[in-house]
Amino acid sequence: MSESAQTGQAIVPPARIGRRGRMSRVWRVLRKAPPTAWFGMIVIALYLVTAVFAPLLAPYPETELVGGAFEPWGGQFVLGTDQLGRDMLSRLIYGARNSVGIAFMTTMLSFILGSALGLTAAISRGWVDQVLSRAVDVLMSIPQLIFALVLLSIVGSSIFNLVIIIAVLDSTRVFRLSRSVAQGVVVMDYVEAARLRGEKLPWIMRREILPNIMAPLVAEFGLRFCFVFLTISALSFLGLGIQPPTADWGSMVRDNAALITYGDVTPLLPAGAIALLTVAMNFVVDWFLHKTSGLRE
Amino acid sequence: MTNAKPSGTRTKGDLLLEIRNLQIEGESDEVWRPIVKGVDFTLKRGEVLGLIGESGAGKSTIGLAAMGYARGGCRISGGSVVFDGIDLLAASEETRRKLRGSRIAYVAQSAAASFNPAHRLMEQTIEAELREGLRTAADAEKDAIELYGRLRLPNPGEIGFRYPHQVSGGQLQRAMTAMAMTCRPDLIIFDEPTTALDVTTQVEVLAAIRDIVDQFHTAAIYITHDLAVVAQMADRIKVLRYGKSVEEAPTREMLTNPREDYTKSLWSVRRLGKQEQAGGEPVLQVKNVTAAYGNTVRVLSNVTVTVPRGRTVAVVGESGSGKSTLARVITGLLPPIEGQIIFNGEALPPALKERSSDTLRRIQMIYQMPDTALNPRQTVYEVIGRPIEFYRGLTGAKKEARIVELLKLIEMDESYVDRLPSELSGGQKQRICIARALAAEPELIICDEVTSALDQIVQEGILQLLMRLQRELNVSYLFITHDIATVRAISDEIVVMFQGRVVQQGPKTKVLSPPHPPYTELLLSSVPEMDPDWLTNLLARRKVTPESIKAGDR
Amino acid sequence: MNPVLRTVLQRLGLGIATLFVVSIIISLTIEMLPGDFARAILGQSATPETVAAFQREVGLDRHPALRYLDWIGGVVRGDFGESYASAGSLAGHRRLVADMIGPRLLNTLFLASAAALIAVPLSLFLGVLAALYRNSIFDRVVNIVSLTSISSPEFFLAYILIMFLAVKFPIFVSLASISPNMPFLDRLYVIALPTLTLVLVIVAQMMRMTRAAIINLLASPYIEMSRLKGAKPLQIIVRHALPNAWAPIVNVIALNLAYLVVGVVVVEVVFTYPGIGQLMVDAVSKRDLPVVQGCALVFAATYILLNLLADIVTIVSNPRLLHPR
Repeated sequence: MSESAQTGQAIVPPARIGRRGRMSRVWRVLRKAPPTAWFGMIVIALYLVTAVFAPLLAPYPETELVGGAFEPWGGQFVLGTDQLGRDMLSRLIYGARNSVGIAFMTTMLSFILGSALGLTAAISRGWVDQVLSRAVDVLMSIPQLIFALVLLSIVGSSIFNLVIIIAVLDSTRVFRLSRSVAQGVVVMDYVEAARLRGEKLPWIMRREILPNIMAPLVAEFGLRFCFVFLTISALSFLGLGIQPPTADWGSMVRDNAALITYGDVTPLLPAGAIALLTVAMNFVVDWFLHKTSGLRE
Repeated sequence: MTNAKPSGTRTKGDLLLEIRNLQIEGESDEVWRPIVKGVDFTLKRGEVLGLIGESGAGKSTIGLAAMGYARGGCRISGGSVVFDGIDLLAASEETRRKLRGSRIAYVAQSAAASFNPAHRLMEQTIEAELREGLRTAADAEKDAIELYGRLRLPNPGEIGFRYPHQVSGGQLQRAMTAMAMTCRPDLIIFDEPTTALDVTTQVEVLAAIRDIVDQFHTAAIYITHDLAVVAQMADRIKVLRYGKSVEEAPTREMLTNPREDYTKSLWSVRRLGKQEQAGGEPVLQVKNVTAAYGNTVRVLSNVTVTVPRGRTVAVVGESGSGKSTLARVITGLLPPIEGQIIFNGEALPPALKERSSDTLRRIQMIYQMPDTALNPRQTVYEVIGRPIEFYRGLTGAKKEARIVELLKLIEMDESYVDRLPSELSGGQKQRICIARALAAEPELIICDEVTSALDQIVQEGILQLLMRLQRELNVSYLFITHDIATVRAISDEIVVMFQGRVVQQGPKTKVLSPPHPPYTELLLSSVPEMDPDWLTNLLARRKVTPESIKAGDR
Repeated sequence: MNPVLRTVLQRLGLGIATLFVVSIIISLTIEMLPGDFARAILGQSATPETVAAFQREVGLDRHPALRYLDWIGGVVRGDFGESYASAGSLAGHRRLVADMIGPRLLNTLFLASAAALIAVPLSLFLGVLAALYRNSIFDRVVNIVSLTSISSPEFFLAYILIMFLAVKFPIFVSLASISPNMPFLDRLYVIALPTLTLVLVIVAQMMRMTRAAIINLLASPYIEMSRLKGAKPLQIIVRHALPNAWAPIVNVIALNLAYLVVGVVVVEVVFTYPGIGQLMVDAVSKRDLPVVQGCALVFAATYILLNLLADIVTIVSNPRLLHPR
């Protein structure tokens, strides 16, 4: 794309206007986004800022015991302290970095794995497709959380194990989606035209197929992220995910759950933090899907 | 058959439908834009009005509006539709609902999709009359069977008890006409009922529809893009363009003496022609090729075709004739089981992977649907530039100069280089596909139905361009099509295919003039002509049924 | 043979084959055990002799294929082996996995059925309503609410319910502890909150899928044709849409019941409900492999069974298979 933009401009001056037209079209679409989508985008931006600048924003260190256990809100500790006397607000802020960061890494890994295999299966068809698809069918016939529990019980819980296990299990869904979307593109005449021209497989994948499946893949990334994030949070909540003393929202709920029975909302904060991000992401993806499916016409 | 009269001679009754200043809007991107911009017409009892226009003319939308119906994403925003004294737009939804099916019926383009897969044809056929309490179930079934018979469906007593997927497309289309007719409506809307059918099947359906409409003295709105078809069916023709009326006149007058320039240009498409030239040394020889999918389904049997240099060989046949498979065999996408592809005197390796880049360069392909033949994410620059770079190794200024040169050749200019396919019209897209093929500097171009997805006026432009390019570049074409008019227009030689075999081949004048083998005869005679009496004369002339020819001609 | 019967049998065979492969996978995962596993189970003070005895007892010293055959042979007879908690002759009594799973499975099924009985009709109703009145205010509100509900972790919904319905307004209890001889109505009362949590999650998911399936169906040409034939709105739904809607709807139900079985794990832990989910979580944290394997097999089998059921309904309701050419 960029190559053509530059060389294209050399012979045709109006080309630049065309590019700017596309930019302003994106802006116009964005401006017409519904409030839910705007809400989602703002929330995601806030989380990103919090995650990146966590050390600057947090009043106390992540794991240091700075007060008594379960200190109330206000005063020295804005949101009180946890069951060991660590500052709740600081751990919430660091949680943005840990919980979201780990889920993001897992999703990335799952995507690289799943979409590479999915594209390969869609393009090569034949036995490669058969073998990969059947393997994925079997993996998907075990509920993901259950499979993760079995594997964790064997290899033990560490961040590394967690990321690998969830990424591999989740990549099956990415595989299915990217395979079916790519299958829709592979049968297009322009792909056949490229094959008849004598183009090699990597070129066809990169130039003919990938640009045309980006929109659904991006949407799927958002949804997969939510799912991975919720799965890891659930595991952490069960005490089998991210292990202490790392500040993580799922385990924070678990550790402070007892407060609920006294009418204290503190444990709902990390749980709410998880919900807010996934809700925001879902709102954005919902709108994006609506938009891209409409714009394709 | 006996009471089939040439169209235009039916007796007309009182006013049945009156549409005034009809305005319809469609929603795209949350903005309502006009689709139909003030159309008027009237229809008398027993009269057939043809609505004709190219894609985007709004003809189907108008047809549905005559039932007081607007599709999702559309709304009727102004004007009036008065049916037999009832203002459909002002009437309650309940009033409109009661009229639909019983007094105004609809026949859709795709019968296969429009029949409910879960119910037998009979249940769907008699649904409306049972609901309105017009007949008892037993009477309704008897009547439906009679209608099936009148529509010349095979086994009329039995076919109603089949499910839609058990019946062929042409038969479903007739069954749907029977369904429309059950309540003996005053008006039927036919929305391109034969567009999806092969020509030989189309004749059957057209004749059946015309007879039954005639017999029951039903008024009809016949929507189509095909002039020759509408000439057979309609008493009056209304030409539409961009949601506006262009002109309206009785059929014969419209055919002989169109007033507006746009109408004249529609009519003139048919007059395109090419002087046949004798063949020279062969570029491509397909020798005794037999091909199959998955070793079992044989789609080509012992096919031999020769393409002379600088000439056009048209391969003509209906769906399932194997003509597109022939293209796949030549390009190497489907290696044949037996036989050879000889190009410039040398046998080509059967599979695509074994062919050299230079061989691939010499044979190029242009597809039916420019929409799927162009990558929606690539600009014109990338589409045309890639083969130049790939085969010729040109880059930078030389490549750009060549792109501009090719754009000139296809009568476009350099301002298009940065456009994406979505920013081009259908005809422009097909031109870009032609330029992409030319960029390889090929000796043979396989054109697979390259004009059938385009409007007629655009088709003419593309065909003229292809003929000019052949004169200038001496390129050869293997032109695959089902459209005899196109064949007449551009070919030097013709190959007629049927069920995977070559039925007849030879120079154009020879193949197109009698005597013909039975299948060629059937195919050629089934192509509608602009003469309003064509269908009547054809039916009077035909003694054998198409089914017997199809079964016998092996 | 009748094509429907053939397809159903094929699908059944495939389901059994899948279950078989899944059991192999579950059994083979043990091969990934790190070397110090026995020590991790028995504690740092274990002597080499006790470690060796433990490994012999649980069969870690045998060929994986033999161990698998042994295990699956037992499973077929209803014997899932012994819990590690009784292995190594350290604890006095032996505990059979089957005895541990059995009563808890019943509890879980009780909870899941209660949730399903409320959720399925409710979500079908809401889904069809949202599809019929799509883009209305009702549809939009339902869309936002259900999206929010799906996006929230189960424990978030659970604790909010506890907060409001058990602590602030003590209508229900936050601990769903049931005992074997509890009266039925008491049981229902005790599981009110976990049921409600599951219902919230499932309804949101299921009604969205129902809505999408119905909208997809209503967009088909034969539905437009039925409108143009003057069918009444109710007839369009009952005569024309419904016969074609069974397959997608049953798929939605099966998919969500399968999801319910998994969602139950977290909810059981929150409400300390003695179900199979909680058993599995405990076993995982104790790394009690036979129990983990047994639970996993039960979950996987339920999941496969539900999907199988949906496939069979799809096959049986397909007119192309029911009425071959």
